[in-house]
Amino acid sequence: MSNMNLTLKIWRQKGANDKGKMVEYKVTDISEHMSFLEMMDVLNEQLVNTGEEPVAFDHDCREGICGMCSMYINGEAHGPDRGVTTCQLHMRMFNDGDTITIEPFRAAAFPVIKDLVVDRSSFERIQQAGGYISVNTSGNTTDANAILVPKENADKAMDAATCIGCGACVATCKNSSAMLFVGAKVSQYALLPQGQVEATERVKNMVAQMDLEGFGNCTNTGACEVECPKGISLENIARMNSEFLKASFKG
Amino acid sequence: MAILDSKIPKGPLKDKWTTYKDKIDLVNPANKRLIDVIVVGTGLAGGSASATLAELGYNVKAFAYQDSPRRAHSIAAQGGINAAKNYQGDGDSFYRLFYDTVKGGDYRSREANVYRLAEVSANIIDQCVAQGVPFARDYGGQLDNRSFGGVLVSRTFYAKGQTGQQLLLGAYSAMNRQIARGKIEMFNRHEMLDVVIVDGKARGIIARNLVTGEIERHSAHAVVIASGGYGNVYFLSTNAMGSNATAAWKVHKKGAFFANPCYTQIHPTCIPRSGDYQSKLTLMSESLRNDGRIWVPKKMEDVLAIREGKLKPTQIAEEDRDYYLERRYPAFGNLVPRDVASRAAKERCDAGYGVNATGEAVYLDFKSAIERYGKEQAKLKGIENPSATKITELGEAIVEAKYGNLFQMYEKIVDDNPYKTPMMIYPATHYTMGGIWVDYNLMTTIPGCYAIGEANFSDHGANRLGASALMQGLADGYFVLPYTIGNYLSNDIRTGKISTETKEFEEAEKAVKDRIDFFINNNGEHSVDYYHKKLGKIMWDKCGMARNEQGLKEAMAEIKELREDFWKNVKVPGDANEMNPELEKAGRVADFLELGELFAKDALNRTESCGGHFREESVELDGPQKGEAKRDDANFAYVAAWEYKGEPADAVLHKEELEFNDIELKQRSYK
Amino acid sequence: MSGLLKSSIGRKFAMALSAFFLMFFLLQHFAINITSIFPDNGATFNKLSHFMGTNGLVQYVMQPILIFGVVFHFVMGFILEMKNNSARKVSYAKNNGAANSTWMSRNMIYSGAAILAFIVLHFIDFWFPEINTKFIQGDWSGLHDGEFRYFHELQHKFVSPLRVGAYVIAFVFLALHLLHGFNSAFQSVGANNKYTRGLKTFGKIYAIGIPAGFIIIALFHFFNH
Repeated sequence: MSNMNLTLKIWRQKGANDKGKMVEYKVTDISEHMSFLEMMDVLNEQLVNTGEEPVAFDHDCREGICGMCSMYINGEAHGPDRGVTTCQLHMRMFNDGDTITIEPFRAAAFPVIKDLVVDRSSFERIQQAGGYISVNTSGNTTDANAILVPKENADKAMDAATCIGCGACVATCKNSSAMLFVGAKVSQYALLPQGQVEATERVKNMVAQMDLEGFGNCTNTGACEVECPKGISLENIARMNSEFLKASFKG
Repeated sequence: MAILDSKIPKGPLKDKWTTYKDKIDLVNPANKRLIDVIVVGTGLAGGSASATLAELGYNVKAFAYQDSPRRAHSIAAQGGINAAKNYQGDGDSFYRLFYDTVKGGDYRSREANVYRLAEVSANIIDQCVAQGVPFARDYGGQLDNRSFGGVLVSRTFYAKGQTGQQLLLGAYSAMNRQIARGKIEMFNRHEMLDVVIVDGKARGIIARNLVTGEIERHSAHAVVIASGGYGNVYFLSTNAMGSNATAAWKVHKKGAFFANPCYTQIHPTCIPRSGDYQSKLTLMSESLRNDGRIWVPKKMEDVLAIREGKLKPTQIAEEDRDYYLERRYPAFGNLVPRDVASRAAKERCDAGYGVNATGEAVYLDFKSAIERYGKEQAKLKGIENPSATKITELGEAIVEAKYGNLFQMYEKIVDDNPYKTPMMIYPATHYTMGGIWVDYNLMTTIPGCYAIGEANFSDHGANRLGASALMQGLADGYFVLPYTIGNYLSNDIRTGKISTETKEFEEAEKAVKDRIDFFINNNGEHSVDYYHKKLGKIMWDKCGMARNEQGLKEAMAEIKELREDFWKNVKVPGDANEMNPELEKAGRVADFLELGELFAKDALNRTESCGGHFREESVELDGPQKGEAKRDDANFAYVAAWEYKGEPADAVLHKEELEFNDIELKQRSYK
Repeated sequence: MSGLLKSSIGRKFAMALSAFFLMFFLLQHFAINITSIFPDNGATFNKLSHFMGTNGLVQYVMQPILIFGVVFHFVMGFILEMKNNSARKVSYAKNNGAANSTWMSRNMIYSGAAILAFIVLHFIDFWFPEINTKFIQGDWSGLHDGEFRYFHELQHKFVSPLRVGAYVIAFVFLALHLLHGFNSAFQSVGANNKYTRGLKTFGKIYAIGIPAGFIIIALFHFFNH
């Protein structure tokens, strides 16, 4: 298995207010066992050594759980593999001589900060609008087993809570909709008894904030579910829709 | 020695915390509004502390270098969180959790702290469930438990293989509630670059806005460091790429003692390095050792043939395999604690039996488990004389149900099917038990400066048990610090807002700016990573799983030399006033280059072997434990707290003697 | 409640409701049209057509609602498309939509536009003459030369191969629109239960079956006039 030589077309943008453009780079001798970000490390080391500015990109845990890494690779969020984030994408998915196009996650609600780094604070504000249960952290709650939760609901809540908040759903969606993200959070609480008290206000406030941030509307293409590195199901959007409608008709 | 006062309350172990809490000075709600607290780091400890402090009424300023608190590396914890709930009725109690933790830590932790930890552990679970953390449940709707390494009861609560993630999201949601109320001011993409001391008290920090590059002054009545561990001093570790010791190291340089830096946990089940380009190592849950058998070939020719790809591990006959853990530790076998398992793997690989190209890998084989489960299932399903294929099929289904996500992760990374060929694993740096020294109140030796979570020298002694890190982080943040900090802040109700327009802030800011300017203007020849990788190699080779006097002395000299070269030849592209990841790394590596030397110095000083710290000179020479780690309680039952004096080599040692009144010191035996 | 139509989900919901109405109408339209190929020389078809064409409820209540539904669905769809496009200011240099979604789901605006163009043609063919006959000329008899005129009009329209071709193409677009739209509407109103899977299969049958039926009717008359 020989190593690969690749052409990279990467979005370079100096700052939020600068105009960006695609720039072409060559990297050589890339091992198929490298992760995609390790390939980017190789490029950056090369750029530092030749006196150019390295490509800025978000990354942290590099094991697919922090949700920091992004990148739109060859027309897909987190690249061509399924069920992985960019940091878990491996170079064996590519072939010698390939040209790889690398762009930031694009959405009006995710403005570019620099190169491939985008500002996802819109997600933060949505969470702050109601993504919590109002319980004091005193520890003086009831015993953890006082309220039983059916296993099926607990498991479904867990599946929804698996969301890592990376924003691939928004980046992928042709409408830049954030409904998978918001749906997952709403669902987690909607499925647990602890979340019921504030359910009405929660879904209304979170959806209102989502709309305010300038995300598009969902047209149910299902692309988000396919590209989601954690396999968050579209079911969560349906659940949010019904929660929202219920809440709206309640007044 | 009098300089270190651990402030452990008097009285019987079981009553210390309760009695102490009753007598702590409180700040009345109206006065809390007048008090600001800075929290650096928003993982389990920092996130939970921020939320609770804000809820109590303090004005909290929280700082995270990531773009959201939810991304702190606590999120990567897989296995679970311990709590002495005794839901399984298997005899668990506060005392047992306390006992297991002290013993697991090789008797190098503070009794009173660990007992308090065990006591509040149960509250954590109640709290998290109330917050909507979706812990695993059984069919009756009750919380489920699993068992974890080194203990005899089932007390580990879990949320699939993502417990850390769910707990962090719980703390994050509590923070969001307070951010929405305006009680927490959140500074994402900000990095603390120094602490500001006014009149001997911690009164603020200097932080860099990582988006604009702006240097900012932030004042408060107290500063809480919750910035995690320093595992990245090894370059390769299971830590996140950004995990760093800068906040901890800055407070150390301003007067906080640094305790037990040599206590590092090297986790045995990680995916091995595949080449020099490797940027980080991936951990796979310890639970795999419940069913996997660890081995290397017995014959050197087999090893060589495997490395050349001429032989597959599955082709090696049973009698030619060396199940070295089962051979060395018949009682515990593959389930020995982390430190023991890691050292044994290193021993085999050092002897030349490593099974991958780098020579640093051993097999973790599920074949026996698959067969065992397969036969069991065949019997349960009433299949008579099942074929080997049928058994494998049935067995694999069970293994998949138990470890499916881990197997999938392994396959994605290594591109090898672990159901068919044994996994390859190798130890990797995972957690640092050492950290900033704190007293019972979690205050460092700087008044008003606190350290919580992995950042402090913690309750894990010389070795941490599985599922205890999450417990400690949340215990510190939710239930300990918010109370104990009141004791200190009650004296600050009339202090008023701390001004940032003072000489102290100005000086600290200037020092930070000067250092940044130096990096930007140095125009050296090597990248930051070049130095970080070199440092990592020294640390791994000489301060890794086994240490000796000569190696540690060499390490100190080499790190010093490397540091000097770094300050001459490091190259940082870009500008100070923009987002500049290379500049961020430069500052962090500069601090690692100092911490690494202190690490080696501490390891050199501690001539005993204990927990994660193994000195080759200190082993049992004969008897059944021959060759195993030998602790020296007579001379080393103390916390080594180091005072900064300029060069790391000049650090001054202060000892906090550890007293054990409720527990008997014993040798850890796994034979 | 008042803000419902201002919210994203509210608009989705409205889109889905109008879709349900249109899908129901389509089914009813199909049910009547299929009778035109019964071997009774258009007798059933004429009877039903006359009923629909002269019944007060249908003409004065259902018809306006239908027109409102069509217009609403079209206008709302267009507004949402505009809004959604503006949610991404800079488009991707390379986007591989086919990797994660169907062509139908990504091109509802185009299949919708094609259907709209068809509706215009259809109105010119049938609806405007009907309105002219009934509301302007005041002829509610439904007769032409002493016979019901509906079946003959229908047959007459399917003589031209061009028009038949246009109808066939339009129905293909209708099928594409429905293949995504049917289930999308249910997802939008939050349907999510044990029937969801069955509903999806039914949706596919409906989306292909109804337009295919219309195509068969058109071809039947083309070859049998």
